[in-house]
Amino acid sequence: MFGKNIAKRIDWLSISIYLALVTIGWVNIYSTTFTETDASIFNFATLAGKQLFFIGVSLATIIVIIGLEANFYERFSSLMYVIALLLLLGLFVFGKTISGATSWYNLGFFNLQPSEFAKVATALALAKYLSDIQTDIKRRKDQFYALGIILLPALLIIPQPDPGSALVFFALIFVIFREGLPLYYLAIGLLAISVFITTLMFGTIWIVIFIGLFLVIFFLTKKKTFKVPVFPLIGVIVVTILFSLSVNFVFNKVFEQRHRDRFGLWLRLEKDPTKLEQIRKSVGYNTYQSEKAIESGGFFGKGFLEGTRTKGDFVPEQHTDFIFTTVGEEWGFMGTATVILLFTCLFLRLVYLAERQKNPFSRMYGYGVISILLIHYFINIGMVIGILPTIGIPLPFFSYGGSGLLFFTILLFIFLKLDSNRLKEGI
Amino acid sequence: MKKILLSSIILIIGIVFIARLSYLQIFSFSADQVLEDPAIKAIYDYPERGYIYDRNGKLLVGNDPAYDVMVIPREVKPLDTLQFCELIGLEKEDFVKKLKRARIYSPRLPSVLVPQLSKEDYAKLQEKMRHFEGFYIQKRSLRYYDTKSAANVLGYISEVNERDLEQNPYYVQGELKGRTGVEKTYEDILRGKKGVQYIQKDRFNRDIGPYKEGELDTPPEQGKEISITIDKDLQEYGELLMHGKRGGIVALEPATGEILSMISGPTYDPSLLVGRKRSRNYTKLYNDSIANPTWDRALLAEPSPGSPFKILNALVALQEGVIIPETKITCYHGFYVGNTKRGCHCGGGIRDLNSGIYKSCNAYFAGTFRKIFDKFETADEAMDVWEKHMRSFGLGGYLGSDLHTGRPGRIPSKEYYDKWYGDNRWSSSYIISNSIGQGEVAVTPIQLANMTAAIANRGHYFTPHIIKKIDGEDITIPEFTDLKQTTIDRKYFEPIIKGMADVYHKGTARWVQIPDIEIAGKTGTVENYTIIDGVKTQLTDHSLFVAFAPVNNPKIAIAVYIENGYYGSRYAGHIASLMIEKYLKGEITRKDLEKRMLEKTLEHEYAKPYSGEEFKINEYVW
Repeated sequence: MFGKNIAKRIDWLSISIYLALVTIGWVNIYSTTFTETDASIFNFATLAGKQLFFIGVSLATIIVIIGLEANFYERFSSLMYVIALLLLLGLFVFGKTISGATSWYNLGFFNLQPSEFAKVATALALAKYLSDIQTDIKRRKDQFYALGIILLPALLIIPQPDPGSALVFFALIFVIFREGLPLYYLAIGLLAISVFITTLMFGTIWIVIFIGLFLVIFFLTKKKTFKVPVFPLIGVIVVTILFSLSVNFVFNKVFEQRHRDRFGLWLRLEKDPTKLEQIRKSVGYNTYQSEKAIESGGFFGKGFLEGTRTKGDFVPEQHTDFIFTTVGEEWGFMGTATVILLFTCLFLRLVYLAERQKNPFSRMYGYGVISILLIHYFINIGMVIGILPTIGIPLPFFSYGGSGLLFFTILLFIFLKLDSNRLKEGI
Repeated sequence: MKKILLSSIILIIGIVFIARLSYLQIFSFSADQVLEDPAIKAIYDYPERGYIYDRNGKLLVGNDPAYDVMVIPREVKPLDTLQFCELIGLEKEDFVKKLKRARIYSPRLPSVLVPQLSKEDYAKLQEKMRHFEGFYIQKRSLRYYDTKSAANVLGYISEVNERDLEQNPYYVQGELKGRTGVEKTYEDILRGKKGVQYIQKDRFNRDIGPYKEGELDTPPEQGKEISITIDKDLQEYGELLMHGKRGGIVALEPATGEILSMISGPTYDPSLLVGRKRSRNYTKLYNDSIANPTWDRALLAEPSPGSPFKILNALVALQEGVIIPETKITCYHGFYVGNTKRGCHCGGGIRDLNSGIYKSCNAYFAGTFRKIFDKFETADEAMDVWEKHMRSFGLGGYLGSDLHTGRPGRIPSKEYYDKWYGDNRWSSSYIISNSIGQGEVAVTPIQLANMTAAIANRGHYFTPHIIKKIDGEDITIPEFTDLKQTTIDRKYFEPIIKGMADVYHKGTARWVQIPDIEIAGKTGTVENYTIIDGVKTQLTDHSLFVAFAPVNNPKIAIAVYIENGYYGSRYAGHIASLMIEKYLKGEITRKDLEKRMLEKTLEHEYAKPYSGEEFKINEYVW
């Protein structure tokens, strides 16, 4: 089982990038939490020391994952999914509350976050369901079941409350798209998001103007023979305008002020400088400080352990969700661009690996892994550099936190194990 | 499509991230962000503000050290309160109260416990201070005035406000900045440049050490001393003469354009606007909207010039060739505009240029003004020529001096009258009042003085300015050292100056001659109106006088404007002659005249419009 074969077949490129990211992440955690009085690396009382311990645990876990039979994961995926749901339910009774969210089990030496485990389990269960010979994703009923597998854990996580983690599950929809869910679902989703943003930024009137322009161009360029689908077209336009109007209503009447402020900050809706100053000091504080810290890094950065804003601890949660600001301040554009490139390479490599799977389960699970990692990466860095609203989720392999690192590792390496096994299954 | 969807998304996200990061880290990045960084504390070292001297090197403004006793409440250890209170001169209850207030403000930050200790108290306290932890003495620098005059020239300094901070990134909260006068114009030179030292702090706001080993730190640059063109003795003397009177005096040195004195009455002691009492005193001065002591009449008042303006009309007429000095005009105790007669006080008879000037004959100058306009086919053409000549004397626009404020006055143009009367619907008769300096023309006292200097120089002037030396070096500012030529030829000035000299020999100012000094001057008596309860009411005439001396080698050109002082020689003429004598001789020989001018006030005139009763104007009350 161990030995030459597995070492030859496993994808060392992915592993190298993984190790690089974990190492860079740890160096930045060390710098962020560094104090002159306690510079030792192997002190488990420090956060950097603890993280080093979890890196060790993760490496040990990798060996276990690779050591297990490849079909173990497919066979037990349903069971793991059920266990994950039970663990999430159990939180309502036994959960430990940390900074407002009841998301953890206290295991004495370490706090376990079952939503992390649920990500792995859901990706496995979804792959299993979709790869079943009985399932046909073109059927409405099967579409609903597939969506149900994704939504069930998300619904259990929302009341913790942890909307950030819940959001992650929606990314698994990409797996269903890959397997044949019609793309117009995606088109409708994107249209809805752009109408939402346009309405907030420019108002409904611009949407009407835009549609008008679109129609004029459409009719000017259409061929005479082409039959215009009048009623569906009118229907789409009416629904769009109604949706735009309802956005205003929901934004002003249903959202709370803090939500409005976050969106206002994100879309740069507030122009009044004094109010902007207030927002920067309240809801916008994190984003403002992290943007400023990254900006102050410049092209070359201030150097390892030289980040003044990092040392002054001006960015909150800098070792967890905002770890990327340390990269920005101390390593500059060189550092941030390197990290972005590493992540992009990893994702593209994983897509390539997924596409070469002959076993549909492996491919679908691969897509699940990419979707989950990608949405973490997108939302986290997007938030830190100020192009997305503040949503608290960690940066995979980077952010401080044992539970997170462990399960991201498990998520990735189950796929690498499946990939290493791809040739055997054809036989 | 489905196979490349996810790859495309991954690439797009990567590109967006790189784009945003390059915007933040490459385009928005600027190296001098150090000041914004909350982890770096800047400690400033303020240089002393530069001294201001007068033209003869006499000190006008210096600095006085002041010592504030500061306290950091958190660091205060139990102490011998009685001994300490005795040292700093506080009652025990006061001390306890102040300490409490400081603690409420902030236990961590320093507060002022006792402001502005005297040097003696400071000396006593200094050696014992180290026994009292949590207290220390901070030295500050306050402006010190070695004169009670020239407040309007020197200006004052005060703490920067939010707007200053936005407009000029140099300043930080709590710094002082020149607000008016020389302090404002020469702020950058007087202020110097503060030194800065950057300190790296940790998240508990503790100092860790110098940031980047101090390579960004800069030492302070001393503020430079300046000398201004004011003659301290003349300025002080002028302010004494202005006692109880409103108006302005401007004296210039014709050969350079240097402002010898610039007096606005009423004025105030510049020391009022120093230190802790500044704000209260300023409000008090500012709220006196009737006497208006903070309004610089020498620069901002815009009365009609009255008779001194006749000289310019005569010069224009000579230059345009419409009169020669011998041209005769008959005065019928006035002159006719259409069928209305306008009066003249000259006594009537046949006037030529010389007697027209020294008797200030209205009819002569109305006739001259008509001749100018008759030379041209249209009033528009004539007006353009007339306006060009007048503006060449620095009238009708800002002078471009280095004073912090000013007014343009008014020289009307053809557009101005087109607006009033309609295009081509006016002629010289409509605007004949300008011939005698009433009507639409308006000048500030400094413009009047400058015009007089131009006459004294026989046709050119230098822009009036207040700066003489910077850091001991004479200025070389081209705006002030370059000669400005008027449009009148030199030869036309002599007959005019002869007339102005005769003003003293046999004319309207024959009572104000100074022994041994040949003066040329011109009186002005300016009608003026105000509005009382919605009714336009005439007030006692403004008394105006312009003069320069000595006639053949002018050392001083002066304009005096006294609000409601009645006829020209009554106040303005006397004050001008005293100022000239003081400047040229250094002492006054006519002690009785001096005494009268120092004692007389015009408060009774200024009270009239506010009395609510009927009043007479132009009363002869001595």
